[in-house]
Amino acid sequence: MRGHAQRAVVAFGRFWWDFLIGDTPELFLGVLFVVGAALVLRHDRAVGLVAMVVLTVVFLLGSTYRGRSTSAPPASVEGRAR
Amino acid sequence: MSTTEVTLALAVFLASAVEMVEALTIVLATGAIRGWRSAIEGSVAGVVLLAVLVGLAGVPLVRYVPIATLRVVIGGLLLVLGLSWLRKAILRASGHRAPHDEDQIYADTIARLRDEGGTGSPGVSGRDALGFVVSFKAVLLEGMEVVLIVLSLGASAHRLGLAAASAAVAVILVGFVGVLVARQLSAIPENILKMAVGIMLTSFGVFWVGEGTGLHWPGSDLAVPVLIAGFVGVTAIAVAGMRALLRVAPSQVTAALGEREGVGR
Repeated sequence: MRGHAQRAVVAFGRFWWDFLIGDTPELFLGVLFVVGAALVLRHDRAVGLVAMVVLTVVFLLGSTYRGRSTSAPPASVEGRAR
Repeated sequence: MSTTEVTLALAVFLASAVEMVEALTIVLATGAIRGWRSAIEGSVAGVVLLAVLVGLAGVPLVRYVPIATLRVVIGGLLLVLGLSWLRKAILRASGHRAPHDEDQIYADTIARLRDEGGTGSPGVSGRDALGFVVSFKAVLLEGMEVVLIVLSLGASAHRLGLAAASAAVAVILVGFVGVLVARQLSAIPENILKMAVGIMLTSFGVFWVGEGTGLHWPGSDLAVPVLIAGFVGVTAIAVAGMRALLRVAPSQVTAALGEREGVGR
């Protein structure tokens, strides 16, 4: 019973790890950065909104470029895809 | 219905359709090898469990979590999911990554099921345990992202019922079409759907993070279609740019594609 519960907790943790971080940790960090920037800049509406959008685009393009530049490693590097 | 509600329903519908196509490929292969009864029962059990999860997690989320906190957290989750889907769709559309191949997945599943237990020999009850488990797991795993999208979009807009209904319509529609076209699921332009969903989830993510942190968008709900249009432009530029990179060093990328993932999602 205890072993079963342990396995369930591990599987639950693995699911969230794969979902949030997986093979693109830069996207997770980028989103934390976007949310942080929005909180810091919440008193300056125009700057905050523009910063959020620009940062999101920068992290998307950066991560996509990283996907190209790391194409060479074998499939196992990709891990479980979302 | 407001603009946000229409976009929300569309995003949930498309996301559910994409995941349903992926699950259905495995269910069809399982049905063909292990018998249809167990494959269908496994799928239905998976869908029921997912619906229960939406109810169990969604109602407390909507009722007890402060809306601003909910929107920031959910906006962040939507951004992670949306950016991930969009990145993958851009890499596939530009040729840097092999497309998702439903035919290959179907063939692989058939081969695996044959290896694991002959050609299917249902017991006295007409049920096959392996067929049930494989279908159940396929629906459950592919459906988890749908549950997260339904909960995220539904809870942040306080339209959980609408989000769940959109997902249900997609599941029924794709299931119906899947049965009609049988193995022709590969004809569905999955990468385009995935790209559209990625754009929508990213736009909703940015929108809700802004609303949750108090950076209210000009035009309120109307900001969502504007964000979507903006991310469509960014995606088009990114695909063109990545294709240009491919032209610069085609041999490198071709070698890389040959070396890795034949089937990756």
